Amino acid sequence: MSEDIVLKTEELTKHYGGVHALVGANFEMKKGEHIAIMGDNGAGKSTFVRQITGVEQRTSGKVWLYGEEVNFAGPLDAREAGIETVFQTLALADDLDVPDNLFLGREKTYANWLGPFRLLDYKGMREATMAGLEKTGVKIPNIRNSIRNMSGGQRQCVAIARTATFHSRLTIMDEPTAALGVQETAQVENIIRTLKEAGEPLILVSHNMRQVMELVDRIIVFRRGRMVANLRKEDTNGEDVVAYITGAKTGAEFEGAA
Amino acid sequence: MSDTSHGTGGLTFDKTKRTWPNEMNILLALIIIVVIFEILGQILPYMNDQSFLFDTRDRFDSIFNEARLQIIILQVAIIGIIALGVTQVIITAGIDLSSGPLVAATAMIAMSFGQTELVNGFPNPKALFGTWAMDLPVVVPIVVGLSFGAFIGAINGTFIAFLRIPPFIATLGMFLICRGIALWWSGGNPVSFPTESYKYIGSGMMPVVWFLSLAAIFHLIMRYTVYGKHTYAIGSNEEAARMSGINVKRHKVMVYMIASMLAAFAGVILAAKSETAQAGMGEFYELFAIAMAVIGGISLQGGRGSIIGTVLGAMVLGVIRSGFTYIKLDGSYQLMAMGSIIIAAIILDQYRQRNKA
Repeated sequence: MSEDIVLKTEELTKHYGGVHALVGANFEMKKGEHIAIMGDNGAGKSTFVRQITGVEQRTSGKVWLYGEEVNFAGPLDAREAGIETVFQTLALADDLDVPDNLFLGREKTYANWLGPFRLLDYKGMREATMAGLEKTGVKIPNIRNSIRNMSGGQRQCVAIARTATFHSRLTIMDEPTAALGVQETAQVENIIRTLKEAGEPLILVSHNMRQVMELVDRIIVFRRGRMVANLRKEDTNGEDVVAYITGAKTGAEFEGAA
Repeated sequence: MSDTSHGTGGLTFDKTKRTWPNEMNILLALIIIVVIFEILGQILPYMNDQSFLFDTRDRFDSIFNEARLQIIILQVAIIGIIALGVTQVIITAGIDLSSGPLVAATAMIAMSFGQTELVNGFPNPKALFGTWAMDLPVVVPIVVGLSFGAFIGAINGTFIAFLRIPPFIATLGMFLICRGIALWWSGGNPVSFPTESYKYIGSGMMPVVWFLSLAAIFHLIMRYTVYGKHTYAIGSNEEAARMSGINVKRHKVMVYMIASMLAAFAGVILAAKSETAQAGMGEFYELFAIAMAVIGGISLQGGRGSIIGTVLGAMVLGVIRSGFTYIKLDGSYQLMAMGSIIIAAIILDQYRQRNKA
């Protein structure tokens, strides 16, 4: 398999008991590509993301990252392999400050022989945080404020800045602007453009048609747990995508899927 | 990058923008309470112009009433050691009700390995085991006590983290079990007459030395180690901690083990201080320990608070107890007043939370 393929899944399937949340997803993503995943509520978008990121264990199917077959036991495995995820529910600890949140679960430390009592390298984490924020163009007045006191946009930016701080090989954003105001959404979209310019691959789960049309190269549509369309942005338009989402149309290659 | 976003001001780290630490409020409250007792001492007619804090006997070498200050801190030191552990448990959004009976059970068990063989030349009348358990070095009761604490804490933590029993229920069960163990251990009889070296670790101001040293150690741990950071993270947002790759279950077990070991250590010291161990020891200790943490600004919702806060909370409780005795308030009123103060502290905490959210 070519090294140019960032992520590939084959027959990725997830059942929750009797519920077939995701069935036989075949997905492929090239280097530098920005792909949107769309679909109605419960269509399997978030389920798809959770299987790739190791938050849940897939029922069956295979996943390759940069040509290497991967089986993540948990989210930290995926993170170590270079998949950085901004979750729909913000995975931030409200009472901690920005560097603490960025480095949660993988703190910079010294005196590692102390095991769980190893010491935190606050200075190193602060400097890396500054660098990460600068790289994404995120502006936060005081990174040592606890997250609780920040606006929704700032919180989302903190979550996104993680990706820049850790030089991720694949960024996944699950509805990053769903809860944000107009200005904050613009801020997040700018960060996404910055990632595009830097050639960082991105999977964007979104309901926002305008955003998707503006930002990505390719659109994948899920319906009732199955992939029903794989559209290049140039070959499609909003109405067309909606038709796939609602089930009025099904992609030729996915006939009989849904 | 849009520069028009409101509320953003560049990447500067502004020290002046750091919020007023909550510990300062508690320190302020502590000072106010001391002042109130001082004033009450002056205006209450039956007090004969005594002073709460200052020396009134016109000695040359002292300003303060050292005896009272010593008693204030001594009477909170042992419960304070428990509170250091309870603080960590509450920061993970849990609770530990088992610490009081654990103190009693550990005191009984530790004392059985810290007895002296001869009392005034006669065999120890309270001897529980044979001569093999007599006159052992002081590390034996300490290690036995801490091991028992670790064991109880591991059970608490396992039930809470792996079997998902609510902490309140799991530790309430352990509360009864430990009281049962304390009674069963020697058939309800006291275990007494410790060795000189065992006596020493609880004598005089030693409990205060232990309390303050452990407070300093755990302050550093909570603030500067991965253990501390993860403890706060779990209490703040358990799901986020899990998704960040923190082994939440294992960490919780560790927190409950440390809390129980601290409670057990308090039991070891209490037995040494009292020079005896009795099954009824440590009554209400778990509640006073929780009260110290809560008065010290530890949020019961988890994620917030500090060891310094708990130490100050312990001081507040100590000053209030001592102050009530000073103004000759009856013990029954003392309990009622302290209950009210604890409730007030929780109301204040929730008020703060609402304002911050």
